[in-house]
Amino acid sequence: MKKNQVTKVRNTQTDQPRTSKRSQMKKSIHISGSEAVVRCLIEEGVDVLYGYPGGAIMPVYDELYKFQDHIHHVLTRHEQGATHAAQGYARISGRVGVAMATSGPGATNLVTGIADAQIDSTPLVCITGQVASHLLGSDAFQETDIVGISTPVTKWNHQITKASEIPEVMAKAFYIARSGRPGPVLIDITKDAQFEEFDFSYEKCKGVRSYNPVPVATENSLKSAADIINSAKKPMIVWGQGVILGKAEKNLIEMIEKTGIPAAWTILGASAIPTSHPLNVGMVGMHGNYGPNVLTNECDVLIAIGMRFDDRVTGNLDSYAKQAKVIHLEIDPAEVDKNVKTDVAIIGDARDSLRRLTPLLREKEHKEWLSKFTEFYKVEFETVIDADINPTKEGLTMGEVIKEINSCTNGDAAVVTDVGQHQMIACRYAKFTQTKSNITSGGLGTMGFALPAAIGAKMAEPEREVIAVIGDGGYQMTIQELGTIFQQRCAVKIVVLNNEYLGMVRQWQQLFFDKRYASTEMTNPDFVKIAEGYSIQSKRVSRREDLAPAVAEMVASDQAYFLEVCIEKEDNVFPMIPTGASVSDIRLE
Amino acid sequence: MKDDKKLYTISVYTENNIGLLNRISAIFQRRHINIESLNTSISEIPDVSRFTVVVRITESQVKKIIGQIAKQVEVIKAFYHTDDEIIYQESAIFKIASELLFEERQIQNIVKESHSRIVTVNKEFFVIEKSGRRSEIDELFENLKPFGIMQFSRSGRIAVSKDKMKISKVLNAFKH
Ligand SMILES: Cc1ncc(C[n+]2csc(CCOP(=O)(O)OP(=O)(O)O)c2C)c(N)n1
Ligand SMILES: [Mg+2]
Repeated sequence: MKKNQVTKVRNTQTDQPRTSKRSQMKKSIHISGSEAVVRCLIEEGVDVLYGYPGGAIMPVYDELYKFQDHIHHVLTRHEQGATHAAQGYARISGRVGVAMATSGPGATNLVTGIADAQIDSTPLVCITGQVASHLLGSDAFQETDIVGISTPVTKWNHQITKASEIPEVMAKAFYIARSGRPGPVLIDITKDAQFEEFDFSYEKCKGVRSYNPVPVATENSLKSAADIINSAKKPMIVWGQGVILGKAEKNLIEMIEKTGIPAAWTILGASAIPTSHPLNVGMVGMHGNYGPNVLTNECDVLIAIGMRFDDRVTGNLDSYAKQAKVIHLEIDPAEVDKNVKTDVAIIGDARDSLRRLTPLLREKEHKEWLSKFTEFYKVEFETVIDADINPTKEGLTMGEVIKEINSCTNGDAAVVTDVGQHQMIACRYAKFTQTKSNITSGGLGTMGFALPAAIGAKMAEPEREVIAVIGDGGYQMTIQELGTIFQQRCAVKIVVLNNEYLGMVRQWQQLFFDKRYASTEMTNPDFVKIAEGYSIQSKRVSRREDLAPAVAEMVASDQAYFLEVCIEKEDNVFPMIPTGASVSDIRLE
Repeated sequence: MKDDKKLYTISVYTENNIGLLNRISAIFQRRHINIESLNTSISEIPDVSRFTVVVRITESQVKKIIGQIAKQVEVIKAFYHTDDEIIYQESAIFKIASELLFEERQIQNIVKESHSRIVTVNKEFFVIEKSGRRSEIDELFENLKPFGIMQFSRSGRIAVSKDKMKISKVLNAFKH
């Protein structure tokens, strides 16, 4: 086989390992480790990766240059941006995101994104260069123990010191990242292994003997759960990202439509079923909706699907759903009984478990019970929502911006949020019609996530409208990725909700620290000028009458667009469950 | 619900991999759990390693820890046991000045009564080895202390369970 020639390029990664005879019987070719790395990526169907070059990874970059017709490398402006872009790519598409960096500072700059991917179960393969193997442990230039550093925040990691290990380890990396409960994998490759030549052939990984990624739910667990659900008077579902990762959206809809069970979502579960679905009763958790939070403590059966009872969801565990029987559908056995004691655990993949559970459930309606959610919604609407999305006061609210985005996009956009007040407001009010449309940093709460994640999302699904909603604080944490947007001509829409504060922290200072606003006020630069510096079309809005036209103009644009909205400075996000309080003690003001 | 801290022996069967010790110990460190003892060795199955970790924690803690360990990709299976469910041993060696062996009758009695064993004797020192429960080794330590212990080293706990671990069965189940 000629160099730089790839037999077949696949643009999409298939979920199932390909077992075609042809790929199995492929003859080996004599190539360098670095070429092997690139060929492995191509074999895995990687069409784009994000990264930043440097000494210890230069041989691989040299091969990326030669293979640029087959695989597109995106130079981000910081390695953290590379991981977040890979995350955005993975979250919108369900495919594995790939990030690459050099040794030392390049590798350590990946860590935040890796930790974010670990806690939010995002499939990533991160590749780092490492000093030559004979230098390991000698404090060589740009040597850092990235395998040691990344161990607690990776699903799996491995250091390669011999070229011959590359195909098998890379195949394993992709398999582990995407299978079961997904997560980030880091592969560290010494420079000598990149240079070394060997006989390369590739075979996809089909299993690892010590690893059982998809347990199959037992009949017994399904039957016990069905018995409990069938006799429930006030059942309630809380679903999480497991429904999206398990591609179980349709199965969930089928189940709730048959049983009439009201279903609420965690922040990472958002968009799995359309916002408008009559049984979709809103968001749970600290800034979630009034009804599902309060009624968590009134339901008689709580069915948790692909969620992990994060403390931001449960509030005080001692007073969380104590009255309810708890059924937990979960792929990761370590999550069962971790935070909330379950009565029945259905350990398996969400789609398989739901597909087998629904036939055992009786058709039902829970009109009266469902109407309770509606009543609570009315109260929440009158005290909070109306003023958020239809404000009559002078200053602009974050809520009305999200409402405007909803109406301009019909809820078809993917909304990528950063961390803070704007994130909570966006998740509360964004309307979704399609799954995988809410991309946010949930578990780690990483400011700086949104801008690079939006780049990855847009590149993975160029046909979709991708709108990043970012705070003025978090925007400045990865603002340099405007350079990536500019260079890649990536048509993301950027909305910065500027309250000139680290708003969420300021809110806590107001409520719990007697308004001592320690280091939360920001003197911001002229964001519009900065965007203009990157030739990104941009606009600033500070009056209500200008908002709708500006959002419409932004959505109509087929290029990147930056919109800054000057928001009332000291608005708060409500409802709110104060830390340590019970879900039923949620405050409306 | 009563959930007292107890001594638990955690046995982990794993692939033999460089980073795994770090990965497993990080699980304890992250939860601020002190490891009382840790031993790694081969197991009864070729190419399968075994970690034996002793910790003093509550049962609900140990269950969660087992879950976290078991989910690591290269961990085959993890178990936890209380002391009455296992046969366990530690091993210790004492280095003592040789003259004491010949001059102090008591030393010879201590060696005899403690069922320890003299491993080697030379002009300067002799070495006593003792295997058994931690308390027995502690007792021997106390008894020898007055004479002067030149060096002391004790192993981590090693244990086998009274019940079957069925690792081969688990391994077979992984085969695809
Ligand atoms: C990297 C990082 N540092 C600090 C925090 C703590 N934090 C959470 S929200 C927040 C304020 C965010 O401010 P901004 O981006 O302006 O968003 P706003 O809340 O004003 O909408 C801070 C500092 C964090 N989540 N991530
Ligand atoms: Mg702000």
